[in-house]
Amino acid sequence: MKVIVPVKRVIDYNVKVRVKADGTGVDLANVKMSMNPFDEIAVEEAIRLKEAGVVEEIVAVSIGVKQAQETLRTALAMGADRAILIVATDDVHQDLEPLAVAKLLKAVVDEEAPQMVICGKQAIDNDMNATGQMLSALLGWSQATFASEVKVEGDSAQVTREVDGGLQTISVKLPAVVSVDLRLNEPRYASLPNIMKAKKKPLEEKTPADYGVDVSPRLTVVSTAEPATRSAGVKVADVAELVAKLKDEAGVL
Amino acid sequence: MSVLLIAELSGGALALDATAKALTGAKQLGDVTVLVAGEGTDDAAAEAATLDGVSKVLHADAAIYGHGLAEPLAALVVSLAGDYSHIVAPATAAGKNLAPRVAALLDVMVISDVTGVVDGDTFERPIYAGNAIQTVKSADATKVVTLRTANFDAAPTGGSAPVETIAAADDPALSSFVEDKVQESDRPELTSAKIVVSGGRGVGSEENFALIESLADTLGAAVGASRAAVDSGYAPNDWQVGQTGKVVAPELYIAVGISGAIQHLAGMKDSKVIVAINKDEEAPIFQIADYGLVADLFDAVPALKEAL
Ligand SMILES: Cc1cc2nc3c(=O)[nH]c(=O)nc-3n(C[C@H](O)[C@H](O)[C@H](O)COP(=O)(O)OP(=O)(O)OC[C@H]3O[C@@H](n4cnc5c(N)ncnc54)[C@H](O)[C@@H]3O)c2cc1C
Repeated sequence: MKVIVPVKRVIDYNVKVRVKADGTGVDLANVKMSMNPFDEIAVEEAIRLKEAGVVEEIVAVSIGVKQAQETLRTALAMGADRAILIVATDDVHQDLEPLAVAKLLKAVVDEEAPQMVICGKQAIDNDMNATGQMLSALLGWSQATFASEVKVEGDSAQVTREVDGGLQTISVKLPAVVSVDLRLNEPRYASLPNIMKAKKKPLEEKTPADYGVDVSPRLTVVSTAEPATRSAGVKVADVAELVAKLKDEAGVL
Repeated sequence: MSVLLIAELSGGALALDATAKALTGAKQLGDVTVLVAGEGTDDAAAEAATLDGVSKVLHADAAIYGHGLAEPLAALVVSLAGDYSHIVAPATAAGKNLAPRVAALLDVMVISDVTGVVDGDTFERPIYAGNAIQTVKSADATKVVTLRTANFDAAPTGGSAPVETIAAADDPALSSFVEDKVQESDRPELTSAKIVVSGGRGVGSEENFALIESLADTLGAAVGASRAAVDSGYAPNDWQVGQTGKVVAPELYIAVGISGAIQHLAGMKDSKVIVAINKDEEAPIFQIADYGLVADLFDAVPALKEAL
């Protein structure tokens, strides 16, 4: 079967985030960008399903700025077969909303007819945790979010999900959208030869207009502010002093 | 304005704390109707009706709602949506599973993990692991919102709203429940506990994690963990605190053998008092801790337990 894996170009998770002085957002000029860590896990899972003979073709899709090409090349170097880039903006500071992304992905799915979409459960920039669920709704497909194990069995998939009380296993009919959590797998690094090979893999470029999708935002950003900061307190010398402080000063014991 | 609040359920029982906290946020938006949808949930519906400020409880009891599957629940919520300006759920795993699906079916943008209600259209929410707080205004006809429970006080009980039984909606029959692996515990719940003791990679093994648990039990605390501790198998997944785990704001948070990565801080930096025990005096956790103890946890934790 065919699998689509959406990948997002986001600020690298190690980079210190700075709010722009004018409050319009976070400064992304000249900062290191990488594939959203959850999406790496999604790509890895698709590759493992391919290695297991369940999947024949993996199509990576990215929506955003033109530079997301690099993110797609990473997916191709890891093992995706081809890529589709939908250039929706030329401003890195413009984050397309999950609803718009889901509509574009639906259009891609309508053309490509995959049996599964495997995506990250959230992007570490807007932290919305929404695109997979929204795509599944628009397609009228089943959804399995926060996956920590995926087993494909005939025309369904058994997915174990990380939920508040522990783990829940459900069975979803295919086609399905699966959103992945951190413990599903450990993504591989692309080897140098595979990075070279990835340069020759097909990467098709599109725009939202090609799919007739309106991507105008529903939410307006009123302001972006630094969170309240905590300052360092004191170092205590030993356990006795710690207990005394917690009892007498903080009053929490 | 009228609000439909999706009650949080756990095995058919009302998850009172999460529901009552989300209710506090929902009340700022308008008149609140609570939806209790599950299986074997008569008591849950009756309990939801006692929450202060609830106008009505809608009760849908059917096997298809028994395990929180998103597709049938979303179909039910969408069938009710016409009567409401806002659809609200706590930002729990269940709420995050459901709300975006409902929003997409209504062709509106979901507003996830809201930490503050400014007005009926305008909400505050953290982005970039809490490194920025964004205020967004929605232009959509129906607002679908999940509320981060740590930021709202629980609404009290004392009300007596009417309970109206409603029929189940059509079942899309796309997925089915297989099994739950849920750990029963007498400890307080992580997201509602007054004290949380969390262990990180520094704890070293699953066996050693008993140290953290025993300190927690002495304090009547819940147990949390860093991602590294969970990934290494020292602690179960539902103990993870952070950007992608649970968000907690207890009176006292004790971080043991945790370095203080931003992804961890995202889940605990709103705690009232933070204690860090770490043998590395340069560990970033000390930059936000009210009380820092530079020590080997294998000495400090037993000594602390002893001293309490
Ligand atoms: C997309 C993404 C999402 C993430 N989400 C989360 C999340 O939700 N929650 C989360 O916690 N992390 C999350 N992380 C991981 C995060 O970046 C850190 O890797 C993780 O928090 C580190 O855990 P730790 O502090 O236990 O381990 P480490 O960083 O390895 O720190 C261990 C600490 O223990 C101390 N130590 C060791 N031995 C002892 C001893 N004997 N006595 C005292 N101290 C000792 C060390 O000095 C060190 O400071 C996420 C990462 C990514 C990329």
